[in-house]
Amino acid sequence: MTAQADRTGTVDTGTRPRLADLAVGDSIGTRTIEFDRPRLVRYAGASGDFNRIHWDQDFAERVGLPGVIAHGMLTMGSVAGLVTEWAGDPGAVVDYTTRFSRPVPVPAQGTAVVEVAGKIATLDAEAGTARVDLTVTFEGARVLMKTQAVVRLAP
Amino acid sequence: MANPDFQGREYPATVPYAVGREKIREFAEAVGATDPAHHDLVAARGLGYPDLVAPPTFAVVIAQRSEGQYVTDPAAGIDFSRVVHADERFTHHRPIVAGDELVTVLHVDSVTSRGPLSMVTTRCEIFAAPGTGAENGSPAPGGVDAGSDRPGTPVATVTSTLAIRGEDA
Repeated sequence: MTAQADRTGTVDTGTRPRLADLAVGDSIGTRTIEFDRPRLVRYAGASGDFNRIHWDQDFAERVGLPGVIAHGMLTMGSVAGLVTEWAGDPGAVVDYTTRFSRPVPVPAQGTAVVEVAGKIATLDAEAGTARVDLTVTFEGARVLMKTQAVVRLAP
Repeated sequence: MANPDFQGREYPATVPYAVGREKIREFAEAVGATDPAHHDLVAARGLGYPDLVAPPTFAVVIAQRSEGQYVTDPAAGIDFSRVVHADERFTHHRPIVAGDELVTVLHVDSVTSRGPLSMVTTRCEIFAAPGTGAENGSPAPGGVDAGSDRPGTPVATVTSTLAIRGEDA
């Protein structure tokens, strides 16, 4: 999965995807991600986003939410791992965008389970990039829409 | 309702944000990013980076600090308890790496209201601060305009849209 530096200091890209080997519609894989309350608190601390709707049940209900919800940015950030690990280089993502269509409620006990699947949407040989589109669902409904990552790859 | 007078506003460049190795590791752990280039210096250097590489959404840490100048200004009319994140985009002119010193210029690109719902779109232009040694990444597409008043080399652009529900929404 991870490229290794050889003795000359160059990178062996043999295990990483190359543009020439890809076709539109190819799957890059799937992943299941679980969010629990401690995970939300951890993300709040790491990101600096301490909005109470992500950790305070009473507050979340008072402002009309079904309960504590995951940070949209936690979902967006977590599903990106499917793309970066496939690419073998987390710095290869040159553009990454999404819309947040539904909240992901996270229960006080147990977890919220989010499913993500990625497919090659477009290939641009001139720019040296592939666009990967992600489908992100919770309880069968899409929670992110138009989730697109443009990845720079070797030819 | 969000104050439409803020549309088009540009804020002065922030003080530099110093990207630390442990912050990259902490953020990567929080989003479950296990790629060794976030955690292990040898792995990051093996990919050709000078130091640990930040995950693709790390720039939100820097952007949200900058957005605070606008969204917490009482005159902007944004009730943060009624805010829902509508969309987000990261454009990386080069990867963010540990050791970067990054300054941000915040733009309020759009403020619209329809009925009780307001939408605000902000854009954070993130630059490597000049003279910090953080300008040594790959040149951005188009390069640097000599003589421009931009505060350094472009590193990332973060665009975010918030929806603010009015009391009746």
